[in-house]
Amino acid sequence: MIPAPFEYARPTTVDEALQAVAAGGEDVKIMAGGQSLIPVMRLRLAAPSTVVDLGRVAEMRGVREDGDALVIGAMTTHAEVLTDPLIAQHAKLIAEATETVADRQTRRRGTFGGALAHADPAGDLPAVALALDAEMVIAGPNGRRTVPASEFFVDYLTTALDEGEILVEIRVPKLAGEWGVRYEKFNRVAQAWSIVAVAAAVRRENGHIAEARIGLTNMGPTPLRASATEAALSGAAASADAVAAAARSAAEGTSPSSDLNAQADYREHLAQVLTRRAVAAAAGL
Amino acid sequence: MTVTEDPAAAEVAPEREIGKARRRKEDARLITGRTTWTDNMVLPGMLHLAVVRSPVAHGKITNVDVSAALEAPGVVAVYTGRDLADEQGSIPCAWPVTADMVNPGHPSIAVEEVNHVGEAVAVIVARSRSAAADAIELVDVDYDLLPPVLDMEQAVKGEADLCHDHIESNTAYHFVFDAGEAGTGGDTEQAFADADVVVSRRFVNQRLIPAFMEPRSVVVQPQGDNFTMWSATQIPHVLRVMLAMVTGVPEHKLRVVAPDVGGGFGGKLQVNPEEVIALLIARRLGKPVKWTETRSESLMAAHHGRDQIQYIDVASDREGNVKGLRVRILADMGAYLRLITPGVPALGAFMFPGIYKFPAYRFECDGIFTNKVPTDAYRGAGRPEATFAVERIMDELAVELGMDPLELRRKNWIQAQEFPFTTVAGLEYDSGDYDAATQQALELLGYQELREEQRRRRESNDPVQLGIGFSTFTEMCGLAPSRVLGSLSYGAGGWETASIRMLPTGKVEVVTGSTPHGQGHETAWSQLVADQLGVPFEDVEVLHGDTAVSHKGMDTYGSRSLVVGGTAVVKAADKVIEKARKVAAHLLEANEDDLEFSAGKFTVRGTPGTALSIQEIALAVFAAHNYPEDIEPSIDADATFDPVNFSFPHGTHVCAMEVDTETGFVKIRKYACVDDVGTIVNPLIVEGQVHGGLAQGIAQALYEEAVYDADGNLTTGTFVDYLVPSAADLPHFDTGNTVHVAPGNPIGAKGVGEAGCIASTPAVVNAALDAVRHLGVRDIRMPLTPERVWRAIHQGGDGGDRATAGTNAYGGASTESTAGVSTPASSLGGDL
Ligand SMILES: Cc1cc2nc3c(=O)[nH]c(=O)nc-3n(C[C@H](O)[C@H](O)[C@H](O)COP(=O)(O)OP(=O)(O)OC[C@H]3O[C@@H](n4cnc5c(N)ncnc54)[C@H](O)[C@@H]3O)c2cc1C
Repeated sequence: MIPAPFEYARPTTVDEALQAVAAGGEDVKIMAGGQSLIPVMRLRLAAPSTVVDLGRVAEMRGVREDGDALVIGAMTTHAEVLTDPLIAQHAKLIAEATETVADRQTRRRGTFGGALAHADPAGDLPAVALALDAEMVIAGPNGRRTVPASEFFVDYLTTALDEGEILVEIRVPKLAGEWGVRYEKFNRVAQAWSIVAVAAAVRRENGHIAEARIGLTNMGPTPLRASATEAALSGAAASADAVAAAARSAAEGTSPSSDLNAQADYREHLAQVLTRRAVAAAAGL
Repeated sequence: MTVTEDPAAAEVAPEREIGKARRRKEDARLITGRTTWTDNMVLPGMLHLAVVRSPVAHGKITNVDVSAALEAPGVVAVYTGRDLADEQGSIPCAWPVTADMVNPGHPSIAVEEVNHVGEAVAVIVARSRSAAADAIELVDVDYDLLPPVLDMEQAVKGEADLCHDHIESNTAYHFVFDAGEAGTGGDTEQAFADADVVVSRRFVNQRLIPAFMEPRSVVVQPQGDNFTMWSATQIPHVLRVMLAMVTGVPEHKLRVVAPDVGGGFGGKLQVNPEEVIALLIARRLGKPVKWTETRSESLMAAHHGRDQIQYIDVASDREGNVKGLRVRILADMGAYLRLITPGVPALGAFMFPGIYKFPAYRFECDGIFTNKVPTDAYRGAGRPEATFAVERIMDELAVELGMDPLELRRKNWIQAQEFPFTTVAGLEYDSGDYDAATQQALELLGYQELREEQRRRRESNDPVQLGIGFSTFTEMCGLAPSRVLGSLSYGAGGWETASIRMLPTGKVEVVTGSTPHGQGHETAWSQLVADQLGVPFEDVEVLHGDTAVSHKGMDTYGSRSLVVGGTAVVKAADKVIEKARKVAAHLLEANEDDLEFSAGKFTVRGTPGTALSIQEIALAVFAAHNYPEDIEPSIDADATFDPVNFSFPHGTHVCAMEVDTETGFVKIRKYACVDDVGTIVNPLIVEGQVHGGLAQGIAQALYEEAVYDADGNLTTGTFVDYLVPSAADLPHFDTGNTVHVAPGNPIGAKGVGEAGCIASTPAVVNAALDAVRHLGVRDIRMPLTPERVWRAIHQGGDGGDRATAGTNAYGGASTESTAGVSTPASSLGGDL
């Protein structure tokens, strides 16, 4: 449980951080809250030669408004997300999901950006970012670029971040109109990761469901949208039956893994039940 | 109202300490960690050990190359099994349950072959802990792989691969208890042949990991030809004897200290390979050494518990009068026999009949070797397994007979007026009232209301169904009468010892041989002594755990401490009073027979105003200016207590369980239990023990399972995959007590350390089954994962095997031996 030796850098600006990452060579690792990185280093499943700690990069922390979007600094901790008034107002789904992440201690250190960059399929926030059509603002040696969530999560623990790049902030479009949200997490003990979870945001209009966005956690190597269910719900009656019927296709196009917690067929079943529950709750049914 | 000063009123006897809910005096230092946990010890010149462990479950060691490790910075030495082969002996097994039991021998460091993942193959000695850890991966070990033996039912077949090729089969022993042959019951085969109804089941009592909070740790300091070992152990006294026998370090040259120890649950009732290794290396190098395990080492290499396949048959007539019980079990020993590995299931032999009057009983147990870490004691050790089987089969019989499960139990349990009662297993149950405990538990639960709700949910086809499960249990505690242990071929006795030292200032030192590891002995023993000697609670200090301070003892396990060790304390206190009586008579110039001792004072009958406190006598004896001619100037005393029988706590546990039939998620709605643990010395400690026991028993039912994959890797190698519940996952517990004092000891206590853990597991499983039996479910294998419950409901069967892959969270970091599953492109940068 002792990591292999490594060099350590603690920059205070994004530019310094980029330089430190560039100087660190091939085996450099960026550290945010360390809640995923440190455990694997201690188990020696990762042995970076240099760790660049973003903990002092003040500009990467905090939440602000920018027109129709919220901008969440990648280094904003889970605990900060939970108490942030802008998130409570415009992106409640993020707060609801963050509340289910780990335990109090982990939420004090773990960060929103770290959770997304880590791209753990069992992690709760990637599916939320995907459902909310968030955009990742990435800084690299050649300047900044923006990648939509739908292109950011590439594979198991793998994102569109290239070598030398840092996830700086996340732009989350504000939900306009009558939206209800729900994060439905299924796990066995309180502090555990999701076996399956469903993030739902539903906009109602005149007794109908105008639009539903559904993100699935741990239904494949990356977070997924339940597209078939979303399509079935678009314009559907806001009724329990309609939601139940639409939820039956929630596992379409998924490829969940089989592990100690659940085999793939059971995960597919859970996705349907949880989608029904999440959408019903988000639609106020 | 007028107040008058009554001088006599000021002299009222102090409040009795026994029965007081004292907060534990040791807790502040234990909880804050400001204490001597073994790993907190730092000695001048101390070296650090790190153990290189086998990543394969079964193989011949063909080569160990330590040259690169030896050159690593800070490394002082590297030892392989070969290097220590001549001096390491074998980890001792103190419980050869049968005369022909096969013990393959258990080297502390593997020499020729490895038999489980995590077995030690080399040890690094370095100047710092991190230098030692860094050198681990520089040791290059070659293995010739052998097929791992992992499944007990396969392992006992004729053509099975062998776990140890130098012995003939995978069976360590075949242990039989037959009541007919023992003369404690009728002919079991006949009883089954004659029975109207026979119900047979196969239960799996899964492998668990003790998961104590403080990892194991050991420090050894050589001084001349003497050695002091500090170890996070439950058994410093037993360890000292065993280490002397294994390593040849003479017993009087070895001092073992268990400083404050952070939990054990039986997991530290062991002579650990790492303790032997640390002693041998300290002896070789003449330097102090320390080894502290990591959590994943602990999960992988410290002994596990349970792991039985139970085939159980019950015979009965149509009215529900039980006629016979037949039990065959396969008990997983793991790869080796450790301290009491073989004895754990054999001890259970005596508990399968539970509280019921079976007229016939036969028990057979095969101890089986597999390529997994050895099993050994874990909270309850043999009794939870037995209790689970009998409490589950009683429910199954009730279903078969169409009877209420409580009515069936009531019909067959021992009635209050029948105590003492000799069971079909030959044990003499001491006292109790099963009906009274059951009534009280039903009231605590709100039984009728919940049954009503269950009916409503069933009728409305509610997706969330409700069930109620019982466990009416007893257990044998207070390990143990030495003669009985002898008759069971156990290698030691079960007495306990205590001394009381009366200090000149009147303060009292109590030395106990029963070494605590979190139970609260310091508080409870102080309460006992405060009452017995009539001194203030605060004036008592309890010393323990250091063989140089407490030279004799049998330590803490089997809910024995208060029953046996506490009794030794009481008896020592009685001797102090008797010695003091002589001095008091002398000083008060009275006849000994005219003295009365109460509330800490000797008074002379009929002579008011004369009094001498025991604390004053302590000073008088210290000065020794004036004392009777025929005695030594000391009122200190020792006592050793060896009970003649076990004690038998009992209780009724009732669980109400909600089952979400759509997801399989189970949630305890309500849990009530009424335990009879005899006299309660400290209600707070008793409740704490019950709560902790419930947490662990419920954890077996719902959460915990040590899972190995097909190659013998432990896939539940971190707390991400080995699920230990926290307070957030457990319900409120409604607890109560009935008190039937134990006749076997002057305190009247029966033992409470394991009760909750033994009783709760079947209550929880019975409750879940009660919720979904009408949907066609007959059994669900533990732990009741949502997936298993869902499969049992929707696909039949018992929920089946779990996939053995570790979960993908944490970068798939299941164990140190299984490489991570990340790819070169992934955020963790690929496998090393
Ligand atoms: C006990 C425990 C339980 C947990 N349970 C849950 C749970 O239930 N649900 C859940 O979602 N999560 C859970 N987590 C994980 C937690 O949410 C972490 O905080 C999160 O996954 C990682 O965030 P971090 O800030 O700690 O990132 P770190 O661990 O510091 O980094 C993670 C990875 O992302 C990379 N990275 C981090 N920040 C950046 C950046 N700005 N730019 C580029 N790369 C970056 C790092 O290099 C590293 O590879 C748990 C963690 C623990 C310890």
